[in-house]
Amino acid sequence: MALDYTNNAFVRFDRVQKSYDGESLVVKDLNLDIPKGEFLTMLGPSGSGKTTCLMMLAGFETATHGEILLDGVSINNIPPHKRGIGMVFQNYALFPHMTVAENLLFPLEVRNMGKSEREAKVKRALDMVEMGDFGGRRPAQLSGGQQQRIALARALVFEPELVLMDEPLGALDKQLREKMQFEITRLAHNLGITVVYVTHDQTEALTMSDRVAVFNDGVIQQIDAPDVLYEQPKNSFVAQFIGENNTLEGVLEDIKDGVALVKLDNGDVIDAKPVNVSAKGDRTRVSIRPERVEFRKDRLKKGAHLLNAEVLEVIYMGDILRTRLNVAGNSEFIVKTRNAPDQTRLNAGEIIEIGWQPEDCRALDA
Amino acid sequence: MSDTTIPLIAADGTPLKRKLAQSLMRSRARAFGLALPLLAFILVLFVYPIANFLTQAFYDARFATLMPGTTEVLKDWDAVSAPTEEMAAALVADLVVSKKEKTIGKVATRVNREMSGTRSLFTKTARSAKKLEAPYMEALIKKDKDWSDIEVWQAMKTASRVYTPAYLAAAVDLKMLADGSIVRQDEDRRIHVILFWRTLEISFLVTIFCFILGYPVAYMLSTLPARKSNLLLILVLLPFWTSLLVRTTAWIAMLQAQGVLNDLFVVFGLASDDDRFSLIYNKTGTLIAMTHILLPFMILPLYSVMKTIPPSYVRAAKSMGATNWTAFWRVYFPQSVPGIGAGALLVFILAIGYYITPALVGGQDGQMISNFIDFHMRKSLNWNLAAAMGLVMLVFVLFMFWIYDRIVGIDNMKLG
Amino acid sequence: MKTIMSLTTASVLAISAGTAFAEGSITAVSWGGAYTKSQVEAYHKPWTAATGNTVVSEDYSGGLAEVKAQVESGSVTWDIIDVEKSDAVRGCDEGLFMEIDHSSLPNGADGSAAADDFIPGSFTDCAVANIVWSTIFAYDSSVMANGPTSIADFFNLDAFPGKRGLRKSPKANLEMALAADGVAAADIYEVLGTDEGVDRAFAKLDTIKDSVVWWEAGAQPPQLLADGEVAMTTAYNGRIFNAVASEGKPFEIVWDAQVFDVDMWAIVKGAPNADLAMDFLKFSTATEQLAAQASYISYGPARKSSAPLVGSYHSNASLEMGPQMPTAPDNFSTAISNDFEFWADNQDELNERFNAWLAN
Ligand SMILES: Nc1ncnc2c1ncn2[C@@H]1O[C@H](COP(=O)(O)OP(=O)(O)O)[C@@H](O)[C@H]1O
Ligand SMILES: [Mg+2]
Repeated sequence: MALDYTNNAFVRFDRVQKSYDGESLVVKDLNLDIPKGEFLTMLGPSGSGKTTCLMMLAGFETATHGEILLDGVSINNIPPHKRGIGMVFQNYALFPHMTVAENLLFPLEVRNMGKSEREAKVKRALDMVEMGDFGGRRPAQLSGGQQQRIALARALVFEPELVLMDEPLGALDKQLREKMQFEITRLAHNLGITVVYVTHDQTEALTMSDRVAVFNDGVIQQIDAPDVLYEQPKNSFVAQFIGENNTLEGVLEDIKDGVALVKLDNGDVIDAKPVNVSAKGDRTRVSIRPERVEFRKDRLKKGAHLLNAEVLEVIYMGDILRTRLNVAGNSEFIVKTRNAPDQTRLNAGEIIEIGWQPEDCRALDA
Repeated sequence: MSDTTIPLIAADGTPLKRKLAQSLMRSRARAFGLALPLLAFILVLFVYPIANFLTQAFYDARFATLMPGTTEVLKDWDAVSAPTEEMAAALVADLVVSKKEKTIGKVATRVNREMSGTRSLFTKTARSAKKLEAPYMEALIKKDKDWSDIEVWQAMKTASRVYTPAYLAAAVDLKMLADGSIVRQDEDRRIHVILFWRTLEISFLVTIFCFILGYPVAYMLSTLPARKSNLLLILVLLPFWTSLLVRTTAWIAMLQAQGVLNDLFVVFGLASDDDRFSLIYNKTGTLIAMTHILLPFMILPLYSVMKTIPPSYVRAAKSMGATNWTAFWRVYFPQSVPGIGAGALLVFILAIGYYITPALVGGQDGQMISNFIDFHMRKSLNWNLAAAMGLVMLVFVLFMFWIYDRIVGIDNMKLG
Repeated sequence: MKTIMSLTTASVLAISAGTAFAEGSITAVSWGGAYTKSQVEAYHKPWTAATGNTVVSEDYSGGLAEVKAQVESGSVTWDIIDVEKSDAVRGCDEGLFMEIDHSSLPNGADGSAAADDFIPGSFTDCAVANIVWSTIFAYDSSVMANGPTSIADFFNLDAFPGKRGLRKSPKANLEMALAADGVAAADIYEVLGTDEGVDRAFAKLDTIKDSVVWWEAGAQPPQLLADGEVAMTTAYNGRIFNAVASEGKPFEIVWDAQVFDVDMWAIVKGAPNADLAMDFLKFSTATEQLAAQASYISYGPARKSSAPLVGSYHSNASLEMGPQMPTAPDNFSTAISNDFEFWADNQDELNERFNAWLAN
């Protein structure tokens, strides 16, 4: 489905700020447009304000400043129960005194839906999450994964156009989590609903979302599709937070033909792509993914700057080899290479030369 | 290695099962040993004395022990035909002994309970019993013509029963006649049933008031941050820590006719100065004071249950379209029921047994059954009747527990 | 706490009195407040000074329950106890008190034998009277300028509107009700001995029932008067006197149809210091001690020989104690003598009836 990013955002945060204590801002000047049908994930470390944003959207917290619009209408003064937003909570919040079916009936009953219609919808919702036989059980009689499905079904049964999920898979084990990740995305796309999903797990964010908004300290650091986010982090926080990353610090010497010349702190000079630097003399932190580091000269461009590196450790991981190097004083420099037949094996203690394509090495803010 | 092939034998050769049972037994015995002092304490200082005391509700051997001859002879008497000379002789013989042993007061008190006004008949007759001569019946009647009244002899026959339903009957406004039949007490002496009902009524109302007042407070406490809620909790518990005298004085200052509350009513024109509300020394006073004292017993269990209800339930309900009221009533309230059950049962049962507060502020129509148990314990010294009333109350409280268990389930109750 | 304090006071006194070392100690139990204080001043201190023995003073609120519990459990800690006459008789019958040989009591200061010196009714098998007290009624003269003068006024809500304080017990109330209904003091118990008489008394009480505030402890009535909770109340005369004499309250006592009785010393059966307690009993019921007590509280001495020795209030020399006594001739003309035998015989029934009457 083609998403319309340009106009008529379905959900819009317009210069939203939030403070709980009147002293510090938990959310700072948030601007965010979410088109209809998008699966948007808010990703960020704990305490970065993700839940707060979600709660403001759901109506359980009020924005200190700014406006939130749903389908073009400001919802600042609409109480939560009139917003028609489905919600899945981290602890599922299934009502323990009701059976599964009663839990699902609840949103339909409060909407005064007819009995036969109610029951048909509940059945459909339960079938949708493959829990058709569990209607008579109490939540306490279900496993974590089953509760999760019921919570999902309950958030969807009244057919909301927007569903919010706050770390819904946090309590599940890895295998189940991966299965549910897949099911949630499948359901979301099949039903064509808009989802705002909160997690602190980057893999989850990358695998599930159309777009990911990376939060830190109440500010969206970058919002982009998963691949863009990974390949082209806009600042060192995003580079660090998403995926594995090597950094080297230095000063910007020059920018020529879209390539930045960076003088590292030990005196070596390297090529990088200028992203977050402009003026000569700026301190910068260059960032390069472990799998983009090359030590076979035949694969590098002619004239590329090379660095000397000492091999500290080689870790055999089956499909890949992780090699820890000491590069320009950074002894945590990681190189990942595919375990292919033609791959050169390195040994600890060896001194080698490494390099990379300038566009893979990004000069970011220090 | 070879051990593992014979898994049912422990290292020392005994079968594993027995070994396991032994070791479990030993740890159980140790646990029991640790609990033993407490068990013994409860048994000696609680269960035994109470059980012992409660037997007085139907066991009274005083007359039979102190007047053995008379008791023996009265056994064969049908309580209808005229008292015989044999009975008179046995009575005089027993009176002589009891005068000598100084037990006549006890005998007289006992019979007086069955028939008011006979006390002095016994003490006076006993004083000169030694001088009485056969035929004894005539001599007795000559000494005091009340001896010709068959009711006196019937009263003695009733008193001579060792196991007697008389006290339990009295506790529910019945009385036992000499022939063992049980009839209702005279109208102007019926009081206990009224009191039981009133006790129930007051306890019930106090429970309701505590619930109405306590529920919002507990809710508020459970939603406040810990620091503030702890502070407020201390305020809630304050009545616990205040001495009864201070509390009573405060109530009197607040509630009496010239008190703070009435002054306010007058100021705001809710009452006229010479027709002030009676808020103390009546049932209203008892209700107010008991609600005040028992409120913490409602709030604490409610609070501890409400604290465990995550706010996400109500949020979930609202996100699904429930109004505030629906979310509360259908989602929050049902989950607070265990707290309500515990609080209500606690308050109700405590209220049933209350007596100091009603005694202090209850006036005439704010008295409860315990005030009369107290009265019979301390003033009239009729411990048997006190025990009987206590027993009736105990049975009633157990009955309440049973009902509660049937309706709510005792394991559904959370005390905190 | 109270016990410890009194104990230390008593022992300090024993030492400061400079007499021989404390030889022994007894526990004397009484009603507390101003009454116990009068006993401490008039009995305990002089006895300690004279013998070196100390008195531990404990309070109780009447009744025989505690004594009964002590005697029946065989762990008696009380030695001597100040009881109402009806309890003295009942306790004796129940075997809670020791018998007393009244001939061993000392002669009066005027030389008369104890048996003649004590007022009639002062001896029971197990007890000796120390004071005469009485149930009277009182009002606040600052509120009612033209106050009531007779017991009939107490029952007259039209002429004297306002709440009435009454003790929550049939005792004294039934007698006063009959007196208000016109029965002469001497005939009260005869009338009360019949069913019609009891009905008549309750009917009279019915006329004020809705206006009654019931009290139980002796300290309550002066408080009720002071708080304006009641317009008039029955009370123990000593309590009202105390409020007037030491707190300056404007209370007036109406002596009409006062119901008087004696309070008595009894020694608990199995008392740990029975001999000392008996010595204390003889000492404290002597002419001088009884007379001395009357300067602290307005209860009449049980010995006739004490009357001439009664002086003025201990802290106010201009307040003569003689006219404050229940036995003063002006106060005594319509006095009703409490008939303990009547109450011993009928209290179970009358209590029940009274309680039922209250509850309905
Ligand atoms: N109800 C609240 N009252 C006060 N501070 C809060 C409240 N909820 C969250 N915060 C604070 O706001 C910040 C952001 O919290 P939150 O939105 O929950 O972060 P996240 O969901 O990203 O972990 C945190 O510092 C947290 O302590
Ligand atoms: Mg969160």
